[in-house]
Amino acid sequence: MIHSLFLINSSSDIFLEKHWKSVISRSVCDYFFEVQEKAGEAENVPPVIHAGHHYLINIYREKIFFVSVIQSEVPPLFVIEFLHHVAETFQDYFGECSESAIKDNVVIVYELLEEMLDNGFPLATESNILKELIKPPNILRSVVNSITGSCNVGETLPTGQLSTIPWRRAGVKYTNNEAYFDVVEEIDAILDKTGSVVFAEIQGVIDACVNLTGMPDLTLSFMNPRLLDDVSFHPCVRFKRWESERVLSFIPPDGNFRLLSYHVSAQNLVAIPIYVKQNISFFETGSSGRLDITVGPKQTMGKTVEAVFVTINMPKVVLSANLTATQGNYTYNPVTKTLVWDIGKLSQQKLPNLKGSLTLQCGAPKPEESPSLNIDLKIQQLAISGLKVNRLDMYGEKYKPFKGVKYVSKAGKFQVRT
Amino acid sequence: MSSGSGFGDEKGGSSSVGEPEYGHDPASGGIFSSDYKRHDDLKEMLDSNKDSLKLEAMKRIVAMIARGKNASDLFPAVVKNVACKNIEVKKLVYVYLVRYAEEQQDLALLSISTFQRGLKDPNQLIRASALRVLSSIRVTIIVPIMMLAIKEAASDMSPYVRKTAAHAIPKLYSLDPEQKDQLIEVIEKLLADKTTLVAGSVVMAFEEVCPERIDLIHKNYRKLCNLLIDVEEWGQVVIINMLTRYARTQFLNPNVNESLLEESGEKAFYGSDDEEGKEEKAEAAALAKRKPYVMDPDHRLLLRNTKPLLQSRNAAVVMAVAQLYFHLAPKAEVGVIAKALVRLMRSHSEVQYVVLQNVATMTIKRRGMFEPYLKSFYIRSTDPTQIKILKLEVLTNLANETNISTILREFQTYIKSMDKDFVAATIQAIGRCATNIGEVRDTCLNGLVQLLSNRDELVVAESVVVIKKLLQMQPEQHSDIIKHMAKLTDNIQVPMARASILWLIGEYCEHVPKIAPDVLRKMAKTFTNEEDIVKLQIINLAAKLYLTNSKQTKLLTQYVLNLAKYDQNYDIRDRARFIRQLIVPTDKSGALSKYAKKLFLALKPAPVLESPFKDRDHFQLGSLSHLLNAKAGGYQELPDWPETAPDPSVRNVEVPEWTKCSSREKRKEKKVEKPFYSDSEEESGPTESADSESDSASGSGSGSESEESGSGSESEESREESESEQEDKEDEEDKRKKKKKTDRGKVKAPAVESPESEESSGAEEKNRAQKVKGRRSGSESESEEEEESESESSRSESESESESESDTDAKKKKKAPVTKPPPKQAKKESKKEKKEMSLLDLDDFEPTPSPQVTPVNNFLSSSLVTDLEGLSLTDTVMAPTTIAPSGSVKTYELLHRITGEGLGVEYCFSRQPFSPDAHMVAVQIMFTNNTNAETKNLHVEDPKLQSGMRIKEFPEIELLPPGEMVTVVMGIDFCDSTQAANFQLCTHIRKFFVSIQPPVGELMMPVFMTENEFKKEQGQLMGMNEISEKLTLGEKCQNEHGIVQRVTSAANVSRVPCGSDKECRFAGKTVSSGILVLVTVATKEERAAQLTVNCEKMVIGTMLVKDILQALTQ
Repeated sequence: MIHSLFLINSSSDIFLEKHWKSVISRSVCDYFFEVQEKAGEAENVPPVIHAGHHYLINIYREKIFFVSVIQSEVPPLFVIEFLHHVAETFQDYFGECSESAIKDNVVIVYELLEEMLDNGFPLATESNILKELIKPPNILRSVVNSITGSCNVGETLPTGQLSTIPWRRAGVKYTNNEAYFDVVEEIDAILDKTGSVVFAEIQGVIDACVNLTGMPDLTLSFMNPRLLDDVSFHPCVRFKRWESERVLSFIPPDGNFRLLSYHVSAQNLVAIPIYVKQNISFFETGSSGRLDITVGPKQTMGKTVEAVFVTINMPKVVLSANLTATQGNYTYNPVTKTLVWDIGKLSQQKLPNLKGSLTLQCGAPKPEESPSLNIDLKIQQLAISGLKVNRLDMYGEKYKPFKGVKYVSKAGKFQVRT
Repeated sequence: MSSGSGFGDEKGGSSSVGEPEYGHDPASGGIFSSDYKRHDDLKEMLDSNKDSLKLEAMKRIVAMIARGKNASDLFPAVVKNVACKNIEVKKLVYVYLVRYAEEQQDLALLSISTFQRGLKDPNQLIRASALRVLSSIRVTIIVPIMMLAIKEAASDMSPYVRKTAAHAIPKLYSLDPEQKDQLIEVIEKLLADKTTLVAGSVVMAFEEVCPERIDLIHKNYRKLCNLLIDVEEWGQVVIINMLTRYARTQFLNPNVNESLLEESGEKAFYGSDDEEGKEEKAEAAALAKRKPYVMDPDHRLLLRNTKPLLQSRNAAVVMAVAQLYFHLAPKAEVGVIAKALVRLMRSHSEVQYVVLQNVATMTIKRRGMFEPYLKSFYIRSTDPTQIKILKLEVLTNLANETNISTILREFQTYIKSMDKDFVAATIQAIGRCATNIGEVRDTCLNGLVQLLSNRDELVVAESVVVIKKLLQMQPEQHSDIIKHMAKLTDNIQVPMARASILWLIGEYCEHVPKIAPDVLRKMAKTFTNEEDIVKLQIINLAAKLYLTNSKQTKLLTQYVLNLAKYDQNYDIRDRARFIRQLIVPTDKSGALSKYAKKLFLALKPAPVLESPFKDRDHFQLGSLSHLLNAKAGGYQELPDWPETAPDPSVRNVEVPEWTKCSSREKRKEKKVEKPFYSDSEEESGPTESADSESDSASGSGSGSESEESGSGSESEESREESESEQEDKEDEEDKRKKKKKTDRGKVKAPAVESPESEESSGAEEKNRAQKVKGRRSGSESESEEEEESESESSRSESESESESESDTDAKKKKKAPVTKPPPKQAKKESKKEKKEMSLLDLDDFEPTPSPQVTPVNNFLSSSLVTDLEGLSLTDTVMAPTTIAPSGSVKTYELLHRITGEGLGVEYCFSRQPFSPDAHMVAVQIMFTNNTNAETKNLHVEDPKLQSGMRIKEFPEIELLPPGEMVTVVMGIDFCDSTQAANFQLCTHIRKFFVSIQPPVGELMMPVFMTENEFKKEQGQLMGMNEISEKLTLGEKCQNEHGIVQRVTSAANVSRVPCGSDKECRFAGKTVSSGILVLVTVATKEERAAQLTVNCEKMVIGTMLVKDILQALTQ
C-alpha cells in the first residue's frame, strides 16, 4: 500500500528515504515541491497530490514533511494516520521528532520503519511491541552495548504480538507501582463581537502514565459518565463494559498512552471561564487605530485562571503598536503582524487591560478586515466540564499501586471575533 | 552516488528546489571522491571477525541507504554476513539485501540457502523474518522457492508466521502474476484462519491479488464480522472496506423503498428519525407494502459489529465504518456516523481535510444527518485556507430555509477575514445559498451589492461575478443594480469582473438603455489595454448594442471592431471578423444576419450553481479516488445493489464449527484474564474503601483493611441486620433496637460495638472462634461446589447451635411456615450469619486469600453499584396490582412473627410482570397478624437503597385485624444486581428494619425466542460473556423434564424449543435493563452435563451458573 517514504525538511531537502517495495526515484518528489511552492504556507499543502503514475500523501509535523508514495487505491486516511503514527513513534523513541534526532538515530529509524511496515502494510505499530523488538536509545545502553557487544534488537517475538492484548509487554517490573491519569480538557469556543457564545464545546482527553508490574486489570469509573457525549478509546478499553456500565475497564499498555478522548458538546454545559471586552478600531484619517482590550474571569468555579495569553493577528497595514498594559507584557512582531499579550494570572479584583494606539502604514486605506483574538489560558485542578474520576480499582495484581488523577483545563481553539 | 547527483542536476531547473541540493552536493561530492577508499574500510570491517565492527559497518551502510546514496558495490561483502550470529547485524544485512537484491540478482542468490534454513528454525520470529526477507527479494528466479515457502508458512503453527505468509502473497503476486491461481489457493486457506492476527493481512492480500473472487468470502463472512473488533486497527480498515463491497453484491438495498415513500409524501416521516434503528426499519418495511423489504440477518450482523468501531481512536477506522454505513445502512441509521466524523475534525489538519471532503459529499445526499452539528463547521481564522474552504462547502450544503439566517450571519463575519481566497470562496458560497434558497435571494443580492463598495478589489470582483449569475435569474427587477455595476467599470481592474459587468450590460441593455452606450464608449477608449476576456466582452457588448440601438452605437461598434481586427490575439480577430459579417449589413450578407438578434439576444438559461462535490458519491467514500474525484489505479468500483438477493445460504457454515472455534479463541482470552479477577480479592477491598463513597452506607467501610469489597458485604450486612433480630430473645428486644439504630447511624464500628457483644461474656470466646470459621465458610461456600458449602454451613450451624438455643429455635420456626422448605435459602441465611460475625472481627483475623471466583462477583457488582449511582429515583404514582401467587413459588421470610411482635411478614417473587413499571421485579408480600390487637397503618418507610435501585411501595394497609392475612405487591428495581433492598416496615406503633434480597434467578423474566434466534444471540455473547461449567446431574433431574423444572424454578426463564433432545435451552432477560440471559444445559453420557450461561453482565452470568448448578446437582 505504502510504497516509499521520503522525509523532507523545511528547506526542501530530502534527508531520508525508505522503500518497502521496489525503489522509486526521488524525482517523484518534484511534484510535491511544485505543489508546495504554489501553496505557499506549509499548512496549505494539500495532503494528497496526484503525481503522474503515483500519488503522494503527505503530512506536515514538526517542520518535517512525511511524504509517502502510493501507487494504487488506498484509503487516504489510512496512510495519513499511519504517517502520524510514525511521527509519534519517533517522538516516543527520541523524545522529539526533529530532523536532527532522526539523522542522529538513522539506523534505529530504519529498523523501526522496517518493522512498522511490511510490503507497505502495517505490521507492528504498537509502541509496546516495537520497544521489545527495538530498544529505544539511551546512554547507558549504548555504553553497555559497546562493551558487551550486545545489541539493541530483541531476539524473540514480543509476546504482545501474539496475545490478544498486543499493546502490553509481558514481564513488566517496577519497584514503584504508579498509575497517573491526567484529565485534560480544552475549550473550543467562538465568541462574537458582543461576547456571546457562537459555538462552544469541550474536547477532553485522559492521558495515562501507568507503570505497573505484571498484568494489572484496571477499572476506572466516573462520578458523572453521562456527561461524555462522544468518546473514542484506546483499543485496550473493553467497549462492552463501557456500553453497559459506563466504566472504563482495561489492561493498560505500559508507560504513557492516551486512554480516552471525549467530547462534551451540549453548549449549556460548557462554561466559558473568562470574558473579553475588546474594541479595535481604525480611523479613516491619520493612519492610526485604537485598541482597548479588557479580560476578566467568569465561571471559574473558584479556581484561578492562569497563563492567559491574547494573540491577535493584525492586518498587514499595522506597522507598530503603542500600548500600555495594566498587567503583563505585550509584544508586537511587525514581520508576522502578531500582537501577543502575556497576562499571566487573572485576578478578580483588578481586571487586566491593554490600551493604546496602533500605527498604520502611511497612506494605506483603513483595513476592512477585523482581526480576531485568540485566547490561551489554563486552569489547574479543574475539569471545566465537571467530569470527575470516581475511583480506580486494580485487579489481577497483589501490590498496592500509587494512584493519582490530575485535572487541567485549557483553552483550545478559543477565538473572540471582533 | 551517481544517481544522487543526477537528481540534483534535474532539480537545478527549479531554483527553490535546486539550491539546497546544491548546498548539499559539494559536500557529498567530497565524500564521493573518497567513496572507494571508504568503502574499502567498510569492506574490511565487514570481513573482520568482530561483530561490533561488522555492526558498525552495517550501520554506516544503512545510513547511506537512508540518505539515498548508492552502496550497491558493497553487495558481495555484505551478503557474506547474512548468516551472522549477531541478530542486529543480521537485520541490517536484511535491510541491505532487500534494497539491492533486485540490482544484483545473481549475488543475491547466495543468500537464499540461509533463508531456507531460517524457514525451518524453531523460533517463530526467525521463521517469520526469513520468510519476510525471502519474499521481499525481488528476484524472479526464486519464485518457485517463494511459492513453496509461502505454502508451508500458511500452515505454520504460529499465527505470526501465517500472518507473514499473508503479507508475502502480494509480494509474490507483483513479482510474478502468473502464480495467481496458486496464490488464491493459499489465500483461501488463510481466509479460513480463525486468528485475529491473520485476518487483516489476508484480506489485504485478497484485495491485492483477487478482489474479484468475492465467492471466497462467503464462508468466512460471518467469522470476519465477528472477529472484526479484535483485529488490529489497520486490518480493520481493510476488512471493512472489503466487506462494504461484499455487502453491495450480496444484499438488497435497504433504502429500496425510499423513492416510493418520497413519492407518496412520506418524507416528513423519514426526516424526523435519524437515530432509531430497528423499529424504524420495521416501520419502513410496514410502510412499503408494495415491496416488503426484510434485511438479511448477515447484513444486520455487519452493521451491528462495525458500529462500536466508530469509537476507535484511529481516524481511518472511523472513516471506514462511516463509509460502510453510508453505503450500506438503511437511511434512518446512517445518522450515527455524523457524531464520530465530527469528532475527527479535532484531529490533525490532514485528517480534517480528508474527513471534510467526505462530509461534503455526504451532506449533498444526506443533509439532515449533519444539520445538528452545523456549528462544528464554523470557521476559525486560524484554520488553514484549504480547511476553511471545505468547511464553507459543508456549511453551504447544509443551508436550508430554517438555518439560512444563522449561516448568512456567519458568512458576514467571514467576509471580513484577512484571508482573501477565503473571502472569495465565501462570496461564492453566498451566491450558491441565494440560488438554492429562493427566500433569501434578495437579501443575499443586497448584501453582495454592498460588497461592491468594498475596498478590496478581489472581493468586489468576486461579488460581481456572483451577482451576474444571480441577476441572470431575474433581471427585470434589478436594473438599478446593473446601473450600479456599470459605474464600477471605472474602478474595477480585475478582468473577470470587468468582463462580467460588460456581459451583464450587453445582455440586459434594454433595461439600461441610456447607460449602455456610454459604457461602450468608455470601453472603446481603453480597448487596447484590456485583457483578452474583457476585449471579447467588449466586442459582444458592441454587437448587442448595435442590434438593439444601432443609431447611437453604430460608429462605436465599427471602431471597436476595427481595433479588434488588428489585435494580437487571433481569437479576438476571429471574433471581430465573425461579428462584423453577422451584424453589419452588407450586400453580400447572408441569410444568417437576419437571425443575428436571435443569436445574440436569445434568452439564456440561468446558470446552476452547484457543489463541486455533487456526484462524487459514485466513488466509494473514504477512498483515494473519491478524494481526487478520479479513478485511481486498482480502485474497485462499488457495485450497485443487486435486484434480487443472491442465495444467502452460501454464507452458512456448520454453526457448531465456527462457534466452537471462535469461542475457543476468546476463551483463551478469558483464561488469561480470569486469574486477574480471582486474585484480586485482597486488593479490591482496600482500593474500594479508600475512595468510594458508595460504601459509606454499609459497614464494610469501617476499617481501611476491610477484606470485603463494598457491595458484597453490604447486602449481606443488611440482610444480617434483619436476621439478627430474629435471633435475639424477645425480652432483649427493645434495648437491641436502640442499639442497632445507633449502629446504623454511625459508620460501622469495630467489633466491640456489634450486637453480638451484648451476648453474655461467657459466650464471647466461643463466639469469636466461630467467627473465624464462619468467615471461611462464608467465602468458600459462595464459590465452591454446593455440596461442600452445605457441609461447611451445616457444621457452622451446629456450632451456632451450641451457642444459643434460641438461635436455632428461631430458625426452626422460621422454616416452619414455608410450605416447601427451601434448603438453599436456609443455607444462605446461615451463611450470612457467619459472614456477618466475621466481619465484626477483622482485627483478629488475617485473611487467607482464597483463589476462588468469588471476587469476580464482588468486583463486578461493586462496579455495577458505582455505575448505577447515576440513575435517579423516579416516582410514578400508580397502584400496583395484587396477583395471586402461583403454587410453586418459594416464600421467604421478611419479618418473623416473634421479632415483629406478632406481625409475621413473608415475601415471594411472584414472577408476574409488575405493571406500573416494567423495570421492576414484583415482590409479593404477605402480612399475617398473629397478635390479638389490630395492626394499623402498615406501610413502607425510609428505603435505603443502592443508587439506581428504586422501590414502588405498596399502598398503605390501614387495618389488619387480628389473625387475618393480607397480601400486597410492591415493585423493586434491583438494577440487575443482587443487592438487597433495605427499608423500614412501619406499623402505627413500631418500625422494623427489613431487607429483601433477590436470588439472581428472580432478576429476570422469560423471553420467547426460536432456536435460530437463540443461536444467533448466543453467537454474539461469546468469550467473556459465556460461562460454562461441567456438572453431574442430581438423581432427580436426569430426564429432560427434571432439568427443565429445576432450571425454571431456579431462574425465571422460559424454555426455548430445541431440536436436539440432548440440549435444553432457556432464555430470559433481566428485568431492569433487558439484557439477554441464555442458558443451555447439554446432557452427555451418564449423568454428566454441561451448563452454559451467556449473558453480557458477567455478574449475573456467574451467579446464575452457581444457582442453576446447585439446583441441578441436588
